[in-house]
Amino acid sequence: MSVMHSIASGMGGIRTAGDLVARMQLNHRMRLPEAKKYVADKLGVSVFDLSDSTVMRNLREELNIGVIEAIPGLAKGYTAKARIADLLDIKINGVERQKAKLPA
Amino acid sequence: MSKIWTRMGDGNAVELTPDELRADIIAATEDAADKGHIPPLEENEIDHLYDIFAAPYRIIGVEPGHEVPLTKDETACTLVSSQLSSGSHLSISREDAVEVFERVFAFDTMELGWIDYSFKPAKPMVSLDQVSIERIMATTVFPVLYGAMPNMGLYYTPDGPFTNPADLLGMMKVDEAREEEMKAAELCMEDMIFVCERMNEIGADGIDFDTTASAGDADFWSVLKTVEHLKAHTDLGIEMGMSGEFILGMHGEVEYNGKKLAGMFPHQQLKCAEEAGVDIFGPVVNTKTNKSAAWNVARAVTFVKEVCKQATIPIHANVGMGVGGTPMFETPPIDALSRASVAMVEIAKVDGL
Repeated sequence: MSVMHSIASGMGGIRTAGDLVARMQLNHRMRLPEAKKYVADKLGVSVFDLSDSTVMRNLREELNIGVIEAIPGLAKGYTAKARIADLLDIKINGVERQKAKLPA
Repeated sequence: MSKIWTRMGDGNAVELTPDELRADIIAATEDAADKGHIPPLEENEIDHLYDIFAAPYRIIGVEPGHEVPLTKDETACTLVSSQLSSGSHLSISREDAVEVFERVFAFDTMELGWIDYSFKPAKPMVSLDQVSIERIMATTVFPVLYGAMPNMGLYYTPDGPFTNPADLLGMMKVDEAREEEMKAAELCMEDMIFVCERMNEIGADGIDFDTTASAGDADFWSVLKTVEHLKAHTDLGIEMGMSGEFILGMHGEVEYNGKKLAGMFPHQQLKCAEEAGVDIFGPVVNTKTNKSAAWNVARAVTFVKEVCKQATIPIHANVGMGVGGTPMFETPPIDALSRASVAMVEIAKVDGL
């Protein structure tokens, strides 16, 4: 059932920029047009490009913010999220908790 | 005149004439408008919805560029649990299931919840769920929420410490019943705050309060007060998914910020959610099994459109089994489901699903 929604209406998660737009909604209360514009401006692409997996696949690799395939050497997990936090100029809870655990 | 192949609200196939399809859409939007005291769909929206259901394709999708982020309740359990969660019981961990949703199904967010998906049974297992969330967050990129249901009914006998109000009401002990409900609401709130604060400690992105108000107005109050506390003391994003289109007045006199909760429809529930500090609101509109899918979608879209119009926060409509115009069947037919999905985006203008 949920996969049907993903196909019919979903943004595409880390295949595209769905995770980034969702972050602006969940942690910054941005409605959809505002969230999409914010992310598009930060990425330097159009709002339309955010759901285009051809555009976003290459851009995500270039920005090193996590891609859907397992590629050796590319950022994953917290590393990718730390780069997303910098790129979007936001704080991500988990990243902040990890930073606090690192030696000064 | 050719007929249009569609579904009933129980998932069974049905054929309607074009006039019958349009009449169903109009009747449903007028029903929602009447019950919710909200505007019905405009003529062009009725035409659009007609086209969605008349399209001779098995599945349909939104226009390119109109895609929305998805949040989902209890989805890891869909893969690892049994039929009690409509699950397929794969021999994988819950953490594996979340990774599958990120890197196989391309979901925008995901949540993890305890197998017995209510805060009360989740509370004694919270350290296990904390570690699960920590592991998931170390290996995934998308936002990760912790999810559970308030399910305040679990606080009544025989499952909990308080006398079941339904038993007291049968004896005409109305005041006593209300007193037990508020005791249950307070304890439910304490448990929810306890679990959510543990999730904040380990840096979860958010909490999904799923099926809010299933035990009525006191249940709704307990979640609103919990959200207030969490927004004041944690960094958690909060999604509030509702359980029904109408807040049941099990207590009848519970108020939040001077507003009586019993009897609230989705656009009124939204205002309480906003005041409490909710970040994403998930309205529910219930499916009627003896009406067509078009009737159910038209009715759901009418309610949700009004929610979206009044909202200052993102709206992720609930469009699952038996809600949001989706047929009440464990494996909802994808033709009807894709049409409900598209109608919510293109006509109700939701921010997500």
